[in-house]
Amino acid sequence: MKADENKNRSIVILSLLIIIAVGFLIKIGFMQFSGRYLDIAEGNAFYHKVVYAPRGAIKDRNGKILVYNQKTYDLLVTMKVLDDLAKKGTPIDTDALCSMLSETRTQIEHRFANVKNFSRNPGYSPLTPQRFITQLSPEDYARVSEQLRKFKGFSIQSRTLRNYNYPSASHILGSIGEVNQEQLNEDAFYHLGDYIGVSGIEYAYEKELRGINGEEILLRDARGRIQGRYKNGVEDKPAVPGKNLITTIDIDLQMFAEKLLDGKRGSVVAIEPSTGEVLILASNPSWNPEYLVGRKRGTYYPVLINEKTRPLLNRAIQGRYSPGSTFKLLQALVCQQEGGITEDSRFPCNGPSSSPIKCTHHHGSPVTLLNAIEQSCNPYFWLAYKATIEKDCYVKRSFNHTRFHENYNRWRNDMMSFGLGFAFSDSDIPGLKDGAIGSERTYNKIYGKKGWRALTIRSNSIGQGEVEVTPIQLANAVACIANSGWYITPHINKNDSMLTRRHQSNVDSSYFSIVQEGMWRVCQFGTGRHFKIPDIEMCGKTGTVQNSHGDDHSIFVGYAPYNDPKIVIAVVVENAGFGATWANPIASLCIEKYLTGKCSRQELYDNISSTVKDVRVKQFDEFINSLANGK
Amino acid sequence: MASDFNALKYLDKPMVLIYLLLVVFGCLNIYSASITPDQISIFDISCRSGMQIVWIVFSVVVAIVILFFDDNFFNQFAFLLYGGMLFLLIATIFLSRDINGSRSWLSFGAFSIQPAEFAKFVTALALAKYVGRQNFKMQTLRDYAISIAIVLLPMLIIILQKETGTALVFASFIILLYREGMSGLVPLLAFLAVFLFVITVKLSDNLFFGLAGIPAGLCYALIIVYLVQIIFLIHFRRDNFNALILAGVLLFVILLSVLLNIFFTPVNIVYVLLVLNILSVIYMLVVSFMRWRRTYWLVAVFVLFSTGYSFSAGYIFDSILQPHQQKRIKVVLGMVDDPKGVGYNTRQAAIAIGSGRLFGKGYLNGTQTRLKYVPEQHTDFIFCTVGEEWGFLGSLFLISLYSLLMWRIIVMAERAESHFARAYAYGVLGFFAFHFVVNIGMVIGIMPVIGIPLPFISYGGSSFLGFTFMLAVLLKIDTKREERLKGNIDTFRL
Repeated sequence: MKADENKNRSIVILSLLIIIAVGFLIKIGFMQFSGRYLDIAEGNAFYHKVVYAPRGAIKDRNGKILVYNQKTYDLLVTMKVLDDLAKKGTPIDTDALCSMLSETRTQIEHRFANVKNFSRNPGYSPLTPQRFITQLSPEDYARVSEQLRKFKGFSIQSRTLRNYNYPSASHILGSIGEVNQEQLNEDAFYHLGDYIGVSGIEYAYEKELRGINGEEILLRDARGRIQGRYKNGVEDKPAVPGKNLITTIDIDLQMFAEKLLDGKRGSVVAIEPSTGEVLILASNPSWNPEYLVGRKRGTYYPVLINEKTRPLLNRAIQGRYSPGSTFKLLQALVCQQEGGITEDSRFPCNGPSSSPIKCTHHHGSPVTLLNAIEQSCNPYFWLAYKATIEKDCYVKRSFNHTRFHENYNRWRNDMMSFGLGFAFSDSDIPGLKDGAIGSERTYNKIYGKKGWRALTIRSNSIGQGEVEVTPIQLANAVACIANSGWYITPHINKNDSMLTRRHQSNVDSSYFSIVQEGMWRVCQFGTGRHFKIPDIEMCGKTGTVQNSHGDDHSIFVGYAPYNDPKIVIAVVVENAGFGATWANPIASLCIEKYLTGKCSRQELYDNISSTVKDVRVKQFDEFINSLANGK
Repeated sequence: MASDFNALKYLDKPMVLIYLLLVVFGCLNIYSASITPDQISIFDISCRSGMQIVWIVFSVVVAIVILFFDDNFFNQFAFLLYGGMLFLLIATIFLSRDINGSRSWLSFGAFSIQPAEFAKFVTALALAKYVGRQNFKMQTLRDYAISIAIVLLPMLIIILQKETGTALVFASFIILLYREGMSGLVPLLAFLAVFLFVITVKLSDNLFFGLAGIPAGLCYALIIVYLVQIIFLIHFRRDNFNALILAGVLLFVILLSVLLNIFFTPVNIVYVLLVLNILSVIYMLVVSFMRWRRTYWLVAVFVLFSTGYSFSAGYIFDSILQPHQQKRIKVVLGMVDDPKGVGYNTRQAAIAIGSGRLFGKGYLNGTQTRLKYVPEQHTDFIFCTVGEEWGFLGSLFLISLYSLLMWRIIVMAERAESHFARAYAYGVLGFFAFHFVVNIGMVIGIMPVIGIPLPFISYGGSSFLGFTFMLAVLLKIDTKREERLKGNIDTFRL
């Protein structure tokens, strides 16, 4: 071979090929080190299936199960399978499907349309099973599971729902519902269609009850079909079941109280004074908690929302009432503490002709503090109140407004030290309302800075006017009296060790014994003498509260036994009349039931529980129960 | 024939090693890309990897048989084989069954074979024989015509078989011809042609200087043709005077027409540039007559053809290419985004490779591969499996192996003792280079989707046998030189 002038062209060719190879590697490097494609690949190939954690059960203080989980069954359909069958000329037997599900043809067709409707069912895919009917009834489930193999493309998926052992305590137990968009955005824990506690304990203890959902990583092929588990499930996470919650509620007592409230609007709150544990939190009108579970929720919730007697309002913690005469107990304590009166102070009472506040009872005059409590003497507490908040205000015929405001604020602070006027900030009960003790600012706004004195706000002295409390606040204040000066914030979680702190009231413990004795006398000789409990010494105070909605509210607060308080109770029956007539017997029966475990006055019990004080409540009960029986 | 037993002894060892590495690596990846749940092992005959192993064994046996052939056989019978192959190719059109519109497969029972794969080898032999003649210089028009005819004949028949991808591979003979003395202008002009086509199509929707109704792509193409003309004048004739005149005129005309467009009346700059190019053609012709130089005349012809070509590029794209081909080109040029249709393969391939990172997901652990996200992954898109399961290191390994293979072929070509052997080696190099560049370029999304396999890695018996055959012949021819160096042969024929 002769000399080759084109030899260098081999170098040109090789160089070009090397440059291309290096170029390829650079491009591949950019693809592989950007990290962008890894996310896309995993998003495509991994299907993260949620393994739902079973929600924790809720028990009462004696370990009785109130709320537990129940398996329910959804019927699923895979549209692709049905389409393929139809193409092969062997479509499913719609008539047999109708009879299996006991539905009409139109209903079934409507369900198919809903499955395929993207706006109603955004996750629709013909290849994956879609919910066709949710929550089959047990009878339907039995029939469907028997015949299911005849219907290709249909399958059954189980889910758990809440179930209730007692048709009671709906308000405080609360309910669960599907998460809304806002909750989805806030907490990555939830997926569309998940359940979340929306009220009551379910809401307050959502994080404890819900547990931790697990995850199965499944492999999904290019056509969206599941092809098995990733790494045989090594990286799957099992679900951690939710914790069980033991509440402080005594379910037998709760049901007892609810029965007594039948046909009435009102509430009963009972607290164990030494611990702050809530024993009863009853509010009527009420409903069976089962009505708000799953598919039934859609039927019942609108009924509850639109009902005129407002059953969804938890009156025990959200109803705001003037305390009426029951406020005199606190008045007696605060007035002693602030030096307005002493144990021995006497004031005159002119009976019904007293001014500016009449007395509704007949008794001798002048009155001692003990008698005033026992007889619920209005003029006494008006004069004591005036003496307290206008103490040292009259100086040389002029009125010292600054000192008056100071006195008033001290009085108000003392009242608030019993837990009134604000919602307990450390309580675990959701939805507490704050109530009110009229503030200096409010009065200044209404009357002007120098425009008000004791006389202007005299209604406060007997628990009317700008004093508003919720039944649970009232019960707690009485617990403070029973404890001679301290209370533990009412709570519903029995195992919450955080809630043991004693809140000390501003009133010195030495002032309490006379009030306690007064309360004992009320139930021995006074307005509460008609409903003594055999062998148990009860203390209490009745209240008959004027209001703008109709008849007086009937209120009773009390505790027992006198020497060793085990239970404190507050009962409110709206528009029922005298405190001594309705609230008192209910409290008496509940206390006896709690302390002795039995009801010795069956006739009284029957009488109270069968009396209808509000016909609308009775009608509502009958209506909602007829709904339940009708379906 | 006795001395031919030495063939095995004098085989080029690095090449054999590279070949074996590629085969084993390919087989592993086919197994991973095609594994089915009920497959027992990689050797399972009823599955693709087992089938491929059967083909590999068969191919190696064929290769060993070739090593015992007389090395002169292929030189001597090149034209005869070529003629026979042309006949077989035409016959195939009539004998074969229609598979997705393609008529290129001949079936023998369970085995199917694609004659076009072997046409590549035979054409390489024939072309090597033609250009490997004593004193062949590749200068006359006749040399060019016959060389190109040898390539074009089988190429056209294969296009008739509707195997456009395989037909395109014949373009790789440009490497052989270039090495054997073809003017370097040819590959440059070929590159320019592709470049003009791409720029015209890609920028057809853009506007020149933002002027309404004036496609930027065509304007740029016309300006580039004009500029290349100036470069030719300077490079071949050192005619700086005329180059300067042409450049000045271009600058003046563009400025003037842009200003006219903005401030006065719309002028279609496309036609202005067209007139400018035609005027420059006339000017070149005038100069060629005045100075009596052929170069000016050739430059004029270049400008005329290129201008016409630029104008027809849009037409070729819109009217001659089929819609699916247009779409593939548009996807690669980034003009359309089509993640569900034509762009699906490219996008899924990018996801599979991109998710491999440095070390890959591990052999048989590629989620995209196992879940069949990339269609045709065991054949044309096999490189996805490499990228996903072996990561960047695996890609580096495979691309390096290919670079070594191509380097080794060049080494063997350059030490060949005959023009025929050298030309044949460059023909083989062309095939490997073309398949390598087009296949991997397609998979990583920088070339249009053209369905050709990655030699020795992709699943497919015909392709494997064809490439093994070519390489075996190359090795056989190479052994003769080794033998002579070792003194086993005293004389050599030429």
